[in-house]
Amino acid sequence: MKVVILGCGRSGASLAVQLSSLGHTVTVIERSPESLRRLGKSYPCRIVLGNGLDLDTLERADVANCDAFFAMTRGDNTNLMAAQIVKRNFKVERVAVKVADPLRSEAYRRLGLFTINAAALISGMCRDWLLNAEFQPVDTYNVNAMEIEV
Amino acid sequence: MSMYIIIVGGGNVGIQLAKRLIARNNEVLVLEKDVRQAQKLGNLIGDQHILYGDGCDILIQKEAGFKRADIVVSVTGEDEDNLICCQLAKEVWDVKRVVARVNDPSHEEIFREIGIDDTVSSTGIIFSLIDQQIASDELIPIGHLHRGHVEVVESLLSEKSPLIGQAVRDITLPQGSFIVYIFRGGTGQQVNGDTEFQPGDMVVAMVPTARAEELRTVFAEVN
Repeated sequence: MKVVILGCGRSGASLAVQLSSLGHTVTVIERSPESLRRLGKSYPCRIVLGNGLDLDTLERADVANCDAFFAMTRGDNTNLMAAQIVKRNFKVERVAVKVADPLRSEAYRRLGLFTINAAALISGMCRDWLLNAEFQPVDTYNVNAMEIEV
Repeated sequence: MSMYIIIVGGGNVGIQLAKRLIARNNEVLVLEKDVRQAQKLGNLIGDQHILYGDGCDILIQKEAGFKRADIVVSVTGEDEDNLICCQLAKEVWDVKRVVARVNDPSHEEIFREIGIDDTVSSTGIIFSLIDQQIASDELIPIGHLHRGHVEVVESLLSEKSPLIGQAVRDITLPQGSFIVYIFRGGTGQQVNGDTEFQPGDMVVAMVPTARAEELRTVFAEVN
């Protein structure tokens, strides 16, 4: 598959390396060249340097023709905005968004984005591990972790 | 009619906006996520008008009373923050009117598609959306450079402005300041000595902060 990953932090880089080694075509969008060291010595993927909220940058990464887009920067709002641009303007259907804030993650899950919240995921998996329960699908962890009280 | 207006982002834009809205007897709360800036603003416009916290955090939004806000205006320097703040205001809190500052003009369409009714790229226009009384010929600070030594300002020229009909080369600007560009008819235009000012021009200038008052008199209406 053709995959575009926004953000070459720990999770973005790790995902890029894993998918590349499985033979998928990966493009990484990253603002700071220093972060690319996380990909290892021989870059397994294509690099586009730039701001992921910039339409030109997204075009350079050929987002319109990718099978999946991952928003993995450390900025929740950057990820949420990029994901919505990619869904709306580039008509990408499979879009996953990393969101650190559990409440924001849940709010946007309800708005139809596939959000992944590390706190919900880790706490839920720890719980299941302790109770010897089966690990669940990733979005189930999001739902169970938090209820917004408005 | 007094309204409850929440302003997210206590930079220049947010604070100028807050001052004017407070002066018109609205209930105003500014959310600022930098603790030192929040303290500074408290001294400037009163602690009761400032809440320290991230305006995109749903818990802070709850504390600020987004639920009963008539208008939420997000004017931080980051488009992603303004977008998410306004989107949450609408979707989670059902705020009827949201206004977002858009710093990158190419994002305006995205904001609209996502359902942010009002986007603005300058304080001047935010005033008009809220009040319908645009203050012409005032200098509106839109940013600082070099640790505050240089100010970027803009001004919407009315027909009464002393600049109308004059060419750039014929006006005397304070030392060290210059006109950066003119926003006219929906596009930014380069400025040269021959450029003549027209009513409706949004003029963007840079000025040493110490000379901002001098520049104000160049733009001010002659009363």
